[in-house]
Amino acid sequence: MTAPASPAAPASPPPPPSTVRLTIEGIPVEVPPGTSILEAAKQAGVLVPHYCYHPGLPVAGVCRMCLVDVEKFPKLAPACATAVADGQVVHVHNEKAKKAREGVLEFLLINHPLDCPICDQAGECELQDYTFQEGRADSRYREPKRFNPVEDFGGDVLYVPNRCILCTRCVRFMSDVAQDPVLNVSERGDRAFIGKAEGHDLTHAWAGNVVDLCPVGALLSKDFLNKARAWELDRSASVCTGCSQGCNVVLETRDNVVVRVKPRSNTAVNQYYACETGRLHYRWMNRRDRLEVPLVRGEAGVLVPAAWEQAIAAAARTLAAAPRLVVLASAGLSNEALYLLSRIRGPGGEGVFRVETGPEAPLAGAPDLALRADRAPNGRGAELMGFARHDQPLAALQAGDTLLVADHDLAGLDLAALDRAGEIVVIGTTLPGELVSRVAVALPTCNVAEEEGTFTNLRGRVQRFLQAKAAPGEARPTWSVLGDVAEAMGRGRAPMLPADVFAALAGDHPAFGGLTYAGLGLRGLPVLDAAPAGGTS
Amino acid sequence: MGYPHPRHPRETPVLSEHFGDPAARTLAGWKARGGYQALEQALAMDPVAVQNVVKDSGLRGRGGAGFPAGIKWSFMKPDGKPHYLCCNGDESEPGTFKDREIMRWTPHALVEGVATAMHAIYAETGYIYIRGEFTEPLEAVTAAVREAYAAGILGANAMGTGRRLDIHVHKGAGAYICGEETALMNSLEGKRGNPRIKPPFPAVAGLFGKPTTINNVETLTAAAHVVRRGAEWYKAMGRPDNPKSTGTKLFSVCGNVARPGNYEVTLGFPFKDFLWELCGGAPDGRRIKAVIPGGSSVPILTAEECEAVFMDYEGMAAAGTLLGSGGVIVFDDTADMPRQIARLARFYAHESCAQCSQCREGTAWTTRILERICRGEGSFEDLDTLLEIGEQMSGKTICVLSDSCATPVASGLRKFRHEFEAKIGKKQGKAFVPSAYPTGLTPAAAGSAP
Repeated sequence: MTAPASPAAPASPPPPPSTVRLTIEGIPVEVPPGTSILEAAKQAGVLVPHYCYHPGLPVAGVCRMCLVDVEKFPKLAPACATAVADGQVVHVHNEKAKKAREGVLEFLLINHPLDCPICDQAGECELQDYTFQEGRADSRYREPKRFNPVEDFGGDVLYVPNRCILCTRCVRFMSDVAQDPVLNVSERGDRAFIGKAEGHDLTHAWAGNVVDLCPVGALLSKDFLNKARAWELDRSASVCTGCSQGCNVVLETRDNVVVRVKPRSNTAVNQYYACETGRLHYRWMNRRDRLEVPLVRGEAGVLVPAAWEQAIAAAARTLAAAPRLVVLASAGLSNEALYLLSRIRGPGGEGVFRVETGPEAPLAGAPDLALRADRAPNGRGAELMGFARHDQPLAALQAGDTLLVADHDLAGLDLAALDRAGEIVVIGTTLPGELVSRVAVALPTCNVAEEEGTFTNLRGRVQRFLQAKAAPGEARPTWSVLGDVAEAMGRGRAPMLPADVFAALAGDHPAFGGLTYAGLGLRGLPVLDAAPAGGTS
Repeated sequence: MGYPHPRHPRETPVLSEHFGDPAARTLAGWKARGGYQALEQALAMDPVAVQNVVKDSGLRGRGGAGFPAGIKWSFMKPDGKPHYLCCNGDESEPGTFKDREIMRWTPHALVEGVATAMHAIYAETGYIYIRGEFTEPLEAVTAAVREAYAAGILGANAMGTGRRLDIHVHKGAGAYICGEETALMNSLEGKRGNPRIKPPFPAVAGLFGKPTTINNVETLTAAAHVVRRGAEWYKAMGRPDNPKSTGTKLFSVCGNVARPGNYEVTLGFPFKDFLWELCGGAPDGRRIKAVIPGGSSVPILTAEECEAVFMDYEGMAAAGTLLGSGGVIVFDDTADMPRQIARLARFYAHESCAQCSQCREGTAWTTRILERICRGEGSFEDLDTLLEIGEQMSGKTICVLSDSCATPVASGLRKFRHEFEAKIGKKQGKAFVPSAYPTGLTPAAAGSAP
């Protein structure tokens, strides 16, 4: 096998053009070579209806929903699996393409139970949406429908095969992204269904993503099962508080109760995914045993409700009188709260925090994405704000020190050290039982779902989270309470908005230089000198 | 008459010359019959020269698509990558059983053809993928490969030329779809036999992602003959006025026919003579009603349409059908066409790989409608629905299994609609009165029934 002798060096061929120009639905687009028609159409603002295609998964080209009419092509082409070419003219919504989609929709529905009224996916179902948009009004199918029983896939996943359109997104996620190939297509023809490897369950730490990836109601979350209808939910952009990865999520609430956490795509942090821990890390946001009114220890030595002004004045008085102040902060507090705490702490005080840890669980097919060992969202932010991480932070207490507990539930701490404390002030969402008899002042604050702010993830990416629900009782945003306390102590003016706190923080901390609250957007930006924030942006 | 019957004088035995001759199965016997001369000749030639001989001969793919074999081989350039040759012996098209006979009786002819092609496409490794149900052909080919290795015909120093030629025999697991070229490659790689999206084509990224050529058993066996006896010899066989179809072709004949079996004739042979003279027409003095000329996936011909057809790629196309794999299925006047077509559809519904929506659901839906019609529970609307489903199933999927199911249904409905209508009419109690809905609902009441 010999290669033919190459003739005397011919002029090197011109470099391939760096972009391809084509027309999609009459809109000219310019994209890099190798882009699929489907992705190019997105740039033209044209959505090519599709089921099996997902930007995070290998292309399968099996649902045949994205067939488009490309001029000069003999047949309709799958937009997901056809690369763009210079001068192509693509029709997504002409008669030929629409007729083909109508056909696919009819085929997908013949064995579908049409049980939308009792299906969790209803309202956020692509089969429903596209059928409503361009499907037939009726079906010509007169035969008995295929039936398969519901199967528990283990983990948080339930499989309803009758609703399955076999797009194989779940199979490809488990085999190519999670790299734990427990799902497969079993059987052939219309008897086919998603099978699970014998003796294995969907217990992978990231397996819950198959529920989000499923475009129909075939894979359901057991946690969310029959809990709410999609159209009843209010959705807010947030950041997961389950670990230090900082996955972008959406908090979904119904009647002021968080009922579901879903990933929000951010290619620089979590791609399109969220882990099981993150998904299920929301119940605490709905706790009912909250600190709801400011409490001050009265003359009789008992805690009594107080007006905010008096409570803040009392807290400021206690803290200002401290011989030495130790601030025990939670690593779940926002950068803003931690910054204001550092003001209150002052140069003589000490700031400490503790981070719960657990086993790390990476998502193999995604760059730099894992459930991190640090099970708190803002340990990095606390460090940047001058707080010291300790396994037993109360060890920092010296006899007579004033202790400020900032939204810390004292879990995992050696409480014997509390005996060394002088005065104790609590500013947080709850009042830990151990402190009830000892605290001088307790100020109620909002939890992460009830206020807005920013977290800094382990790679130094600063990301905003928004308010998802109302706070109970008289609780106020943490930054607002801390700002008032700091002002009452004579340590700077109280901020009017979280953006004001962030601006002050960015002015005081060089690492945050150049960042603005509005400029962070909803996908965040890295702090200066941070290691590149995970993944490809 | 063709094998297993005594040979008919109008046959042209090239590939089938030694069918039924057990002595031809062994290496010694095969060598005594001129075996391995083609490979020896080919190994002495430049691969491009071998490609050119096959290109000149006009040999076209015998698996059904009819793509010129030499041109397919010429896509393989010496680019330094490993190349693979796949021999498709997954013959599973209903009505086709020609490759089985080649592999049963002349396994060395296939090994020689595969080795010749491997040389021509710069491949060191070839795979012979044999249908799982083909127990005897599998044994014969495995034995032949073993003999060829022992004799130094294959291996690191094939026929003493220093060229490495390795052939592996692979047994399929019994799926029709694994006869589709890219599904076959997935199956060989140990994956589920699902067809792949093209492009990339196998010549660019095939087996294990490397440039691959895939040919049918009959094509490769014929290629060895072409190399040994020259392009001119091969070209001379065929209709003089149609140079596009050359050489001989094996036709497997089954169904309601007096003498079923494998027949080898030159391409362009008159179909009428073939059916009535060579095969003896329908048995017991009955009349032929319909013929599927090229395996179950091609449009059905009526007996009248068969009369003026020439058996080559162009001749069949002119008659609105395809030469396909050469599996001739004959139906006489006792055949119940709706039932036959329903049976074919059921086959495709069973074998659909379940990837594409149209095929997975469409083949099964088609089958259920046809079977309902056969039970006497059909309606006239069903016939239109069948045609529309067929339309939606054609030209829209990754491979052509979906089209293959729709094709016989559409042509059968077009040509034998009266038989379907008779079944429906009988159910109606009053023949040929269309009823809008099988449930008896009025169209208005049925309105938007799911």
